[in-house]
Amino acid sequence: MSETVVEVHDFCKSYGDFVAVRKMSFEVKKGEIFGLLGPNGAGKTSTLECLEGLRKPSGGSMRVVGLNPATEFGRLKNQIGVQLQSSGLPESITPEEAMKFFCAYHGVDPRFDLLDRMGLSTKRNNQFFELSTGQQRRLSLALAMAHHPAVVFLDEPTAGLDVATRVELHDLMRELKTGGTTIILATHDMAEAEQLSDRVAIMLKGEIVRSGSPLEITATGAGLTKISVHSQNGSLTDPQINFPAVQQKTAKDEYQIFFSSDIGPTVAAIIDYLKNENDALIDLRVERPTLEDRFLEITNSGGAK
Amino acid sequence: MTAFFHHFLFEFRTGIRNKTLLMMNYLFPLGFYLMMGFIMGSINPLFGDDIIPAMIVFGIMAATFLGIPDPLVTARENGIFRSYKINGVPSYAILSIPAITTILHLMILAVIITVSAPLLFDAPLPLNWLNYILVFLGLAFACAGLSVLIGVISPNSRTTVLYSQLFFLPSMLLGGLMLPYSMLPSIAGKFAQLLPATQAMNAFRGLAMGRIADFNPWGSLVTLFVSGIISFALASFLFRWDSHNTARKGHPVLALLALLPFAIGIFLA
Repeated sequence: MSETVVEVHDFCKSYGDFVAVRKMSFEVKKGEIFGLLGPNGAGKTSTLECLEGLRKPSGGSMRVVGLNPATEFGRLKNQIGVQLQSSGLPESITPEEAMKFFCAYHGVDPRFDLLDRMGLSTKRNNQFFELSTGQQRRLSLALAMAHHPAVVFLDEPTAGLDVATRVELHDLMRELKTGGTTIILATHDMAEAEQLSDRVAIMLKGEIVRSGSPLEITATGAGLTKISVHSQNGSLTDPQINFPAVQQKTAKDEYQIFFSSDIGPTVAAIIDYLKNENDALIDLRVERPTLEDRFLEITNSGGAK
Repeated sequence: MTAFFHHFLFEFRTGIRNKTLLMMNYLFPLGFYLMMGFIMGSINPLFGDDIIPAMIVFGIMAATFLGIPDPLVTARENGIFRSYKINGVPSYAILSIPAITTILHLMILAVIITVSAPLLFDAPLPLNWLNYILVFLGLAFACAGLSVLIGVISPNSRTTVLYSQLFFLPSMLLGGLMLPYSMLPSIAGKFAQLLPATQAMNAFRGLAMGRIADFNPWGSLVTLFVSGIISFALASFLFRWDSHNTARKGHPVLALLALLPFAIGIFLA
């Protein structure tokens, strides 16, 4: 994971007086899954569209597999695969025709195995408008990957997909990553981004306000760790007890729930307390703040560190 | 070449598979042809002399002006062109393939009309087959070019209908399909010469059907081909991949240049 595949330096994009992206810089290495997160209007789509060669940057520089998307698109098109947010296919085309059609323009043999993999084997000859939303998205994904691109851009890839297909798609993304394909993933699904991405960048009002691995991002900030404890005698229900670093306390079903800013002392104190009370621990769960918690914290604070 | 072939094959099938295009390419022209043949033939026996060229002109007008522009606008609006661009589909393929496939469907339609009209309506066959084919190709090329141009410059489907009807309706009334050009008032006749249908009917009569043309039929044929070339060139110049991207190389009003050969023809006629 050493070769830099995507380089963005001081990238700006404006539409008339409206500045969509300002002075944005980041790099993505080969084989990395890079999550681009942000609320609507944060500038994700503008960034992706410029990287894909669909729009020209207003300033700064960007290179994808060493090529400038704005000026070297002819060479870039076979190096990238794009799954657009919109369907992007004529309503009367069949999955088989679409696979032949796009692969022919990329100069590769059609990958019908991808249609089978995406659960479209029985729908090969159905027209696009006859496919369900999930099937349409799966077809778009199969087409984006069919010509073995070095970089795949996925914009909300699992929106509208059922659980089984999402799992299948996630497996496919991991497989692509193992094979050295770089994936740029724009998504609103924080669990997906946290689960799949090596690194993420959180965008707000056209700027990257946080970047790093999901673990790095969730480890910082004011997020409290949730500690849920279920004991045999229920000795933790006493409202007077207080443990170190606990900021909030609540209860749900059989569990006493503590929100701690420092889990080590809190967990140690809980275990000591149960021992002293001759109570037995049935279950103890520690849940760190999720990327979604951190994302909401960052976006609600307007990106303040 | 393989890519162009696959693209072409898909578009050709769409011309039959898509109900709207099937209607415009075949059902509407053939239905109208049969209706006109049976009704007009009994009202005006002379109509039979013009039924082959008139119904072919009608078919071309319907398939091109009513069939080509809207799918282009819809494809641009739905992001299909963006997807095409990313996958390396060139703009010339996007503009030329629907035109070529429509012309192929029109050839099938023309064969059906040409073969059946003498049997059903005792219509005379063309006397000069080469010129007959040339005039057919000239009109199909001109109308396909103008239709593609309409698809490129129209901001949305509603405007597309308006632009298309600006050609289609006057052509029906003044194009020589129902009423001979010679019977039009002088001013209406001049206006009619701005329409591809008028030029085509004149060329069919003078060059293919062995009738007397109302004005220079070779001029009409040249006008059709030149207008087609200008239309495709302008469509290529004004083409946009993306409806959200407002940047374009020229103002859509430039599209009026496609009518220049017809306007010049009025003065030369």
